[in-house]
Amino acid sequence: MIRTIEELVISAEKRDCKISALVRELEAKSTGSTEEELFQRMRSYFEVMKEAANRGVAGEIRSISGITGGEGRKMWNAAGTALAGSTVAKAAARAMAVSNVNASMGKIVAAPTAGSCGILPGAVLTVGEKLSKSDDEIVDSLFTASAVGRIIALNATISGAEGGCQAECGAASAMAAAAVVELAGGSPRQAAHAVAMALKAVMGLVCDPVAGLVEVPCVKRNAMGAVEAILAADMAMAGIESVIPPDEVIIAMKEVGRMMPDRLKETAMGGVAVTPTGKRLSEKI
Amino acid sequence: MNLFDIIGPVMIGPSSSHTAGAVRLGNMARNILGEEPRRARIIVYNSFAKTGRGHGTDKALIAGLLGFAPDDERIKTSFEEAGKRGLVYELVAGEDDDSLHPNTALFALEGATRKTEVMGCSIGGGRVKITAVDGFEVDFSGEYPTIITVHRDRPGIVARVTTHLAEKGFNIARMRVSRKTKGEKALMIIETDEPLPEGIKEVLASIEDICRVLLILPV
Repeated sequence: MIRTIEELVISAEKRDCKISALVRELEAKSTGSTEEELFQRMRSYFEVMKEAANRGVAGEIRSISGITGGEGRKMWNAAGTALAGSTVAKAAARAMAVSNVNASMGKIVAAPTAGSCGILPGAVLTVGEKLSKSDDEIVDSLFTASAVGRIIALNATISGAEGGCQAECGAASAMAAAAVVELAGGSPRQAAHAVAMALKAVMGLVCDPVAGLVEVPCVKRNAMGAVEAILAADMAMAGIESVIPPDEVIIAMKEVGRMMPDRLKETAMGGVAVTPTGKRLSEKI
Repeated sequence: MNLFDIIGPVMIGPSSSHTAGAVRLGNMARNILGEEPRRARIIVYNSFAKTGRGHGTDKALIAGLLGFAPDDERIKTSFEEAGKRGLVYELVAGEDDDSLHPNTALFALEGATRKTEVMGCSIGGGRVKITAVDGFEVDFSGEYPTIITVHRDRPGIVARVTTHLAEKGFNIARMRVSRKTKGEKALMIIETDEPLPEGIKEVLASIEDICRVLLILPV
């Protein structure tokens, strides 16, 4: 199993192939499944992602608690006039749409967690659409994303309770950044730089869910994460390099997570969770 | 760790620990009862009690008792489904207890012929751990095919069970025996990496001093 981003890049460069092709081949060898079986399984996950994104932009989906709902729909409707451009607006809309579905007890794919489940679909569905990519090509890019996520999980953490939001939404954003670079025809090296830039952007981000629920600020952070992934990919493909190599950024993220007090790691005892409004909402539920 | 541990599982939101994990706990409790539950009293502790409603933990626990998988869209309406199937349930918030995992549930279940009490916790990412069965301390995850035997605490019982398993070519990954009082009822938990061999339940149940055999398959 490939354990570092550097190894991932070098192996893909050596074979002159995409990261996704490399990891699918290696995964087939290590699990005993065929590459086709792995692809079909990823494809079925992709269908769940797409369905959730479509549901959340088509209608106003309210959460069980009633605190959030409809953000994906609102952003989708405003995409045509968005100052940041329609790609950014649609990625944000889809990310929040999936997150809305999650908070409403709908079906989603943890990527890597339920709390961060909107980021990857938001980014890859929107970039895929913009570049007229086929569903199969988007499914391929998910293998690249999961390989990146696994390296982060192996060397740091993807759990908000252990590492804060930088670990959950940060990992999702880094995964999405690598997937977007691949979708857009960038190199494995550029994907690695995008991973590093995406993770650095949210280093230290706390996990501070109001009332302990995956809603505030999670739904909107999913939007930010998807957009950040696309920008990190654009930066990398413009030739901008991360001064700090991605593997070192991952270790730094882990260390920051360790230094963070528990109050800022999914306990709802810090950040926006303990603001007067956060507390009031918490008491109401 | 395989790639689908990172992208995946497909699940009903909003929380892998408070929703998907809660469904799996309900499923495990149902499997340990070994028949359709008719009555259930569930005590939820700590974070499960405090943030459970907003996470749909209550619905998820009942959905699990009904045998729904973590990606079943009926989780959201599990209370109505329980009504249709004649499951009478009661959900109670327990006193805060620091000695328990933050996401703990205690199930007291009754089926047509049996009763059982199962305690378990949701340890993150949808993974769960069963910590007590009928007052016996246990520790298993349900991620692997698992055999549970209830037997009389007599010398040689473990040897007889493992001999039968070896004859079936069955490799034990993890095993634990627990009892409350010497010479009385005891519990054996056996986990494996492989599928359980056919007919294993009947073979083990025929062993002297074994009162009951349960097979728990991964949910």
